[in-house]
Amino acid sequence: MTIDAAELRRRTGELLDACPPDTTDRLDFLRARFDAGLAWVHYPEGLGGLGAPRSLQVVVDAELEAAGAPDNEPRRIGIGLGMAAPTILKYGTEEQKQRYLRPLWTGEEVWCQLFSEPGAGSDLAALGTRAVREGDDWVVNGQKVWTSSAHIARWAILIARTDPDVPKHAGITYFLCDMTDPGVEVRPLRQITGEAEFNEVFLTDVRIPDSRRLGAIGDGWKVAQTTLNNERVAIGGMRLPREGGMIGPVAKTWRERPELRTHDLHQRLLKLWVDSEVSRLTAERLRQQLVAGQPGPEGAGMKLAFARLNQEISGLEVELRGEEGLLYDDWTMRRPELVDFVGRDAGYRYLRSKGNSIEGGTSEVLLNIVAERVLGLPSEPRTDKDVAWKDLAR
Amino acid sequence: MTDLLYSEEEEALRAAVRDLLTDHCDAPGVIARAESDTPHALEAWKALADGMGLAGLLVPEDKGGQGATHREVAVVLEELGRAVAPVPYLASAVVATEALLSCDADDLLADLASGRRIGALAVALNVAAGGAYKVVRHEGGALHGELTGIADAVIADVLLVPADDGGLYAVDADAVTVTPQASLDLTRPLATVTLDGAPGRLLGDAEPAVRRALRAGAGLLASEQLGLAEWTLTETVRYLKDRKQFNRPVGGFQALKHRLAQLWLEVVNLRAAARNAADALATGEDADVAVAVAQAYAAPVAVHAAEEALQLHGGIGMTWEHPVHLYLKRAKADSIAYGSAGAHREALAESIDLQAP
Repeated sequence: MTIDAAELRRRTGELLDACPPDTTDRLDFLRARFDAGLAWVHYPEGLGGLGAPRSLQVVVDAELEAAGAPDNEPRRIGIGLGMAAPTILKYGTEEQKQRYLRPLWTGEEVWCQLFSEPGAGSDLAALGTRAVREGDDWVVNGQKVWTSSAHIARWAILIARTDPDVPKHAGITYFLCDMTDPGVEVRPLRQITGEAEFNEVFLTDVRIPDSRRLGAIGDGWKVAQTTLNNERVAIGGMRLPREGGMIGPVAKTWRERPELRTHDLHQRLLKLWVDSEVSRLTAERLRQQLVAGQPGPEGAGMKLAFARLNQEISGLEVELRGEEGLLYDDWTMRRPELVDFVGRDAGYRYLRSKGNSIEGGTSEVLLNIVAERVLGLPSEPRTDKDVAWKDLAR
Repeated sequence: MTDLLYSEEEEALRAAVRDLLTDHCDAPGVIARAESDTPHALEAWKALADGMGLAGLLVPEDKGGQGATHREVAVVLEELGRAVAPVPYLASAVVATEALLSCDADDLLADLASGRRIGALAVALNVAAGGAYKVVRHEGGALHGELTGIADAVIADVLLVPADDGGLYAVDADAVTVTPQASLDLTRPLATVTLDGAPGRLLGDAEPAVRRALRAGAGLLASEQLGLAEWTLTETVRYLKDRKQFNRPVGGFQALKHRLAQLWLEVVNLRAAARNAADALATGEDADVAVAVAQAYAAPVAVHAAEEALQLHGGIGMTWEHPVHLYLKRAKADSIAYGSAGAHREALAESIDLQAP
């Protein structure tokens, strides 16, 4: 049968009748919602969905919100929902999908991402964490870095080198790693804001059964593309009202604090306000293109604009605040579970936004993507594609 | 003609300061101290002030100083910037000393020149020469009030406090309450100074003393910013030669090379502007314009250099462990200190008769 909005409303009503939110345990409700196919309606039946169009998810969400139903705290489990799940869905075996997707969606099991390494950032495909086959297991050794949620994660998506003798893209395999394995050591990585949002993860003789391999041996790079494409969409793609991003706090400061205003800052603020509004309109236009079935390449630029604006606007606000701009709200070392780029004081926002042009693909790499994939310009001469990984310069 | 070069003696002074900082002020030490109760590098300060007599460069020999000029001070500040050194040199040996030079206070001047005592002008760090600043109440022979944003006050022995009667008063740090403020720049910590009936000794008129002190501070800060920018450029060039991605040194990518070349051009310009300001302060000729030009140019360059350094270091540059954040925080704070670039452009507009619309 076709699943349309009316049908989704009917099924949502059934769920709410069977599990009234005010008398149902939160987790029981989330599990029931998943089993009813109302978790992510575009997923297949039996895996939390109904094979419905993704655009109809809002129908379910609105009904549930109106009924006061609990959600799965999507911001806490963003890596699982946004990166691990689509990858497992696309490349997982039936058994893997059945095992991992339900607790992932309900938030019972938090996921993290073990991709970046100290020596493999922009050139992620050069990663050196080794996975060596021993019987039915893989034995993994190496170091990963910039791992959010590693300290609360039950599982990780992991890419590791399984064949050092072939070119780098060909020798990588994708695994699902148990973060409770005794060989996994998680250390907080303090950043320039004073906090440790991220972790370093040291893998020492971690044993991963072959049944937790995702995709074929040596296909890890291809599998990882699904994960990475979803990451960039998540970072740049938030829908905002006017003044909804980093421009909001500085505009508020400007309005409330006339004594701080100068002609110089006024012109600079107005320019950034216009840039922010235009960037917001570009994002909105991109969304309309998608709905109209005319996807454009503009999405590649959204994260670039997001990073630049966050940095320039917060930098301006520190300057605007003058004496207060010389202060900082709190240097205490903490391990926050959630990050709010526009939260806290201007100094924090200024420092935190420096990461926006590095995390999830540097602005330099994204500009190359625009130049080469959108504009069709030739890449720089490459010397790394046909060389065995073990012979690369490092 | 303004001398924009470095003399042999100035280069020798630079080498000596650099050696001293290498021994007494390394980055891991600065990072470790930053959040402690003693953020300043006291050993380095002692060696600079006591050992080398550099706190007295601006003070005439007959008043217990070295009788040097702003040119030598600028060289010292370049090196202090390069090491992002947490020492009260700018606060005490430049700003407080200049204020005292405008007053009649030879004993205090000699104390600061020798490094026996550390002084701090109790004016918020963001105030530019000629700008409004807070004063305390002078009432019944004692001082009352609260002043915020005072750089290096936590380590000062004596505070130079402007009061509402137009006087500048010397107040012992023991007689006031100094409360550290969490500062963006951990290496130049700010504090609140609370005077609750503190006794003060009248030194002279506050207005000319503060103006002179802040103008010298702004002009010589450009040399500190030059040192910051130079370190970030040099260190980034070194890193990009060493760091390999895509089977080649990252510094070989043209897009990145051009950014570093552009930074080099900015640093070259900054050096000329900073030397010009130091020389003008030394001779007293064209100093207002030279200082405004240097500060209007220096702040964006130092911030740009530090921001580029962080970005081009990639993830490692975002870590607390790597020193680049110290430079970013100092450069950003410096862009506000003694007046923003915008404030200096406005000051310049008056001097060069290019009036606002």
